[in-house]
Amino acid sequence: MSDMNTEAVIELSDVTVRYGDFVALEDVNLVVLPHDFLGIIGPNGGGKSTLLKVIMGLIVPDKGVVRVLGETPGRARQSVGYVAQRPSFDREFPASVQDVVLMGRYPLAGLFRRYSAADVEAVEHALDRVGMREARHKQIGRLSGGEQQRVFIARALVGKPELLLLDEPLAGVDPTMQAELYELLDELRRSLTVVMVSHDIGAISVHVESIACLNRRLYHHGSGELTPGVLEATYQCPVQFIVHGPVPHRVLKEHDA
Amino acid sequence: MIEALQYEFMRNAVAAGLLAAVACGIVGVYVVVKRMVFISGGIAHTSFGGVGLGYFLGINPIIGALLFALGSGVAIGVMTRRTRLPEDTAIGVLWALGMALGVVLIGLTPGYAPDLMSYLFGNILTVPAGDLLLMLVLDAIILGMVIALYKEYFVVAFDEEYATAVGMPVERLWLLLLGMIALTVVVLIRVVGMILVIALLTFPAAMARRFTHSMKAMMALAVAFGAAFTIGGLALSYALRLPSGATIILLSGCSLAIVLAVTSRRSRG
Repeated sequence: MSDMNTEAVIELSDVTVRYGDFVALEDVNLVVLPHDFLGIIGPNGGGKSTLLKVIMGLIVPDKGVVRVLGETPGRARQSVGYVAQRPSFDREFPASVQDVVLMGRYPLAGLFRRYSAADVEAVEHALDRVGMREARHKQIGRLSGGEQQRVFIARALVGKPELLLLDEPLAGVDPTMQAELYELLDELRRSLTVVMVSHDIGAISVHVESIACLNRRLYHHGSGELTPGVLEATYQCPVQFIVHGPVPHRVLKEHDA
Repeated sequence: MIEALQYEFMRNAVAAGLLAAVACGIVGVYVVVKRMVFISGGIAHTSFGGVGLGYFLGINPIIGALLFALGSGVAIGVMTRRTRLPEDTAIGVLWALGMALGVVLIGLTPGYAPDLMSYLFGNILTVPAGDLLLMLVLDAIILGMVIALYKEYFVVAFDEEYATAVGMPVERLWLLLLGMIALTVVVLIRVVGMILVIALLTFPAAMARRFTHSMKAMMALAVAFGAAFTIGGLALSYALRLPSGATIILLSGCSLAIVLAVTSRRSRG
C-alpha cells in the first residue's frame, strides 16, 4: 500500500467474502483515517454486518487484505470497541449497569483472570463519559432503550479503544434520544475513530462526516455528498431524499423518472 | 428430627441434601437465566439409559448415569450448534431414546432391579456413603469451573453475540456448561430422582431471582433456598412418612408460588 496510508485506522483492499455461493462483499476498498466519523448505509443483507466482522477479525475474507491500526484484525481487536445491534437480552437478567460495562474489559483481562480494581475504575470513567455514572448500580433491564444504548457504548469504550464500531446503534431508539446519542458520538470522535453502519438512510445525521454506501460493493464518498445514482446502485430502487438531524438537512435532488 | 440425626442414614441424608443444594443453586442460576430448563430435563431423562446400563453390566448405576448425562449434554450441544436440527427436537429425541434404552437394558438384566424407584423419584434416606463421596467430588468440580470461568459465563449468558465479538470461545464454553449441567443432574438424582431433577434446578434459582439483580447474590441465595428445601423436605417426609423426593419438590413448589405471589403484588403496588 502507498505510504500515504500508513496512519490509516482501517485499510481494506479488494476484500471479497463469500458464504458458499452467496457473495456478501465484493472487491471492497476502504480507507478510514484517524478521527473520521464514517457512516455506512445499505439495505439489509447488503453486507454491513459482514464488513464489521471482517474489521473485527471474526471473518477472514476469501480474498484481499485487511489492516486495522496497522495490524491484522485479530491482533488489533483489543483496541477496537464494538456496539452491537441492540441485544435481545432478558430484561430480568441479573446484571447491574456496572456488571455490563465490566464485560468490555474482557479482552484486556483474558481467560480465567479476574477483574481488578483498575477495571472497576475504568468502568466508572466510561460511565462518566456517556453520562450514566449515577445509574451504575441499577439493573440493566430497568433502563430505557436510549439509556441502555449509552451503557453499551460505555462497554465499548471501557477497553480504551482507538476505533469504535457501531452496528445499527439507533434501531428502536426514539428520535430525541437519537439526537443525544449523535452528540455523544460526535464528542467521542475527538479521541477516537467512529464507524457506524445502518440500513436506515435517515439515520445518517449531520454529524457523520463521510458516508459510504454498501450493497455487496462499497461506494465511498469523502464528505457527505450522496448522488441519486450512488444511492440507487446501493438500494436498487429510486431513493427520493435523505433527511438528516433535527434542523440541518441534506436533501438530495429528486430523481427524474 | 434432631434425635433422628443419631442415625447414620439421617446424617447421610442431610449431607446429601446440602451437597445437592450447592450444585443446584449455582448451576440452576445459569439454567434459569439462559433458559435451559428443557435441555436439563433432556439430560436428566437420557441418563436413565445409563442407569439401565449399570444394572445390565453389574456396575454402580450412578456411574452409568454420569456417563450418559455427559454424553447427552455433548450430543445436544453438538446437534444444536452444528446441525440444523431444532433444539427441542434434539432434546426430545435423546430424552425418549435414553429412557427406552434404560427400560430395555433393565428388562434384559436377570432378576429384579433393586432401588430402581430411587433413581426415578429419589430417596434421600438411602444414599450410600460412596455416592456421597461422588457428589462431593462433582460439587468441587462444578464450583471450581464456575469460579474459574465466572466472568466468561456472565457474558455468554447475557449476550452470546457480544461474547463472540470479543473473541470468547463461545461454543466450547457452551459445551462445558452442558457438561456442568450433566454433573449437577447426577448430584441430584439420588436426592430427588431423574424425573424431578429439573424442579431442583429451577425452583431455588427462580425464587432467588425475585430478591436480587446480582448474579453472585442470586447464586448464594439459590444455594440457601436449595438447602432449606432439601432439609425441610427431608424433615417433613420423616415426620409425615411421605416419599422424600416428592416432598422436597412439593415444598419448593409451594414456597416458589408464595414468593411469586407476594413479590409480584409488591412490584405492582
